[in-house]
Amino acid sequence: MNKITRNILTALLLIIAQTIIFNNINLFGYLNPFIYIIFIIYYPIKNDRIFFIFISFIIGLLIDIFSDTLGLHAAASVTIAYLRPFILKISFGLAYIHQVIKFKNIDFKNKLIYISLLSIIHHAVLFSLEIFDFSKLLFSIDKVIMSSFFTISLCFLFSYLFKTNER
Amino acid sequence: MRQIIDFFVRNKNFILFLSLFSFSLILIFSNSRYHNSFVLNSTNSLTGRIFETTNFISSYLNLKNENKSLNEENTELKKLIYNYSKETIDGVKYEVFNSKVIKNSYSLNNNYLTINIGNIDSISEDMGVVSNKGIIGITDRVSKNYSRVISVLNTKLNLNAKLKKSNHFGILNWNGLNYSTVQLIDLPKQTKINIGDTIITGGNSFIFPEGVLIGNVSSFKLDDTQNYIEAEISLFNDMTNIKNVYIIRNNDLAELKKLNE
Repeated sequence: MNKITRNILTALLLIIAQTIIFNNINLFGYLNPFIYIIFIIYYPIKNDRIFFIFISFIIGLLIDIFSDTLGLHAAASVTIAYLRPFILKISFGLAYIHQVIKFKNIDFKNKLIYISLLSIIHHAVLFSLEIFDFSKLLFSIDKVIMSSFFTISLCFLFSYLFKTNER
Repeated sequence: MRQIIDFFVRNKNFILFLSLFSFSLILIFSNSRYHNSFVLNSTNSLTGRIFETTNFISSYLNLKNENKSLNEENTELKKLIYNYSKETIDGVKYEVFNSKVIKNSYSLNNNYLTINIGNIDSISEDMGVVSNKGIIGITDRVSKNYSRVISVLNTKLNLNAKLKKSNHFGILNWNGLNYSTVQLIDLPKQTKINIGDTIITGGNSFIFPEGVLIGNVSSFKLDDTQNYIEAEISLFNDMTNIKNVYIIRNNDLAELKKLNE
C-alpha cells in the first residue's frame, strides 16, 4: 500500500470512529474526545504545507457534516494544521530544525508537550467558537481543559497501541 | 506589482489558512437556512445511511425498555379512546407521523437530532417533534429520507411555553449548560408560580398544538430587570435516551402563515 492510500484510509477510519463511537461517549454528560486530530498530529513532518492545510480543512468539514456543527471543526483543525510547524519547533527545538525527528522514537516529555499544545489549541478554538459567549467563559475553559485531557490521554493510548506500524 | 506577487507567494500558507478559516466562520455564523445547502448536514444520504446502520445495531440493546414505554403509551391512548364519546370529527387538524431517532447529541451548545423520515413521507420544515413524555424539537432540514431536528437543547431555539394552571406564557430556551434543564424567561412578574408546576407549549405557536408537555419548574427567580420571572424547567424527557418520536403536522399551517404575512 502506498503512502497516499494509507493516509486516506487512516483519515476515513478516524472520521468514522469519531462520529460513530467517540461523539457518543458524553462522559459526565458533556465531554467528548476528538481523536480525529491524531491524523493532524502524526501527519508526516516532511510535507507539502498547502496540501496539509487543505486536507485538514476537509477532514474538519467532514466531521462537521456528520455531527451537525457546520464550520466548527473545520475552523479548529485548519488552525492547528497551520500552527503545527511552530508547535513542532517549540516542543522539539533543534531536532525539528535539523529535521531528524521521527514520531516513533521521541521521548515522552516532548511528545506530551507537542500533543497537549495541539489539542488544547484545537479545543480552545472549537469551544470558543461553539459557545461564543463571554458570560460562559468559565464553562468554556472547563470544557476546554477537561476535553483536552480526555483527548490527550486517548491520543497517547492510540499511539502506543499502534506503535509497530507507526509512520 | 512584482512586490505584491512576491508577498502572496511568500505568505501563501498564511493566506490559505486565513481564507479557509474565514470560510468556516461564514459557515458557522450565517443564519440563513438557504445559505448552506442540504449536503452540509447530517440528512444527506451518505451520513443518513451510516447512522441508520449503526442505529440498527445499537437499537437492539435497548429493546426491552423501548417496548415497555411504548406499551405504557398504548395503554394511555386506549384509555383516551374509550373515554372519547364523540365519534366523528370533521377534518383532522393535526396529522401525526412516527419515526426513529438515528442520531442524537446533547453535549454541544447547538444540538440536533436526525430522524429517519423525510420528504418522501410528506415531512417538511418547521414541524413539531415530540416523544411520549414530551417535547423534543422542531424539524429544520429535510432531505428525501431523513430530517434534522433542532433539539430543545439548542441555544438558537426559542419556543412559546406557558404554565398549565394559568395562561401566563413566556419564552423557552436553553443556556447550554445542563442537558436536563431548560429556561423559561420573560414570564410576567404577576404570575403565581410554584416549584413543581407543569409547563406546556402555548397556543401561540403554529408548530405545536397547545398542551404538549415540556417539564416542571425546579426553581425560579426575578430576572435582572426585576419585571419578569425566569424559571429553571427540568424536562420530562430524558434527552440522552430517545428512540421513538412523533412528528406533528399542522394541516392549517399554510393558511395560518398566509394570514400573518
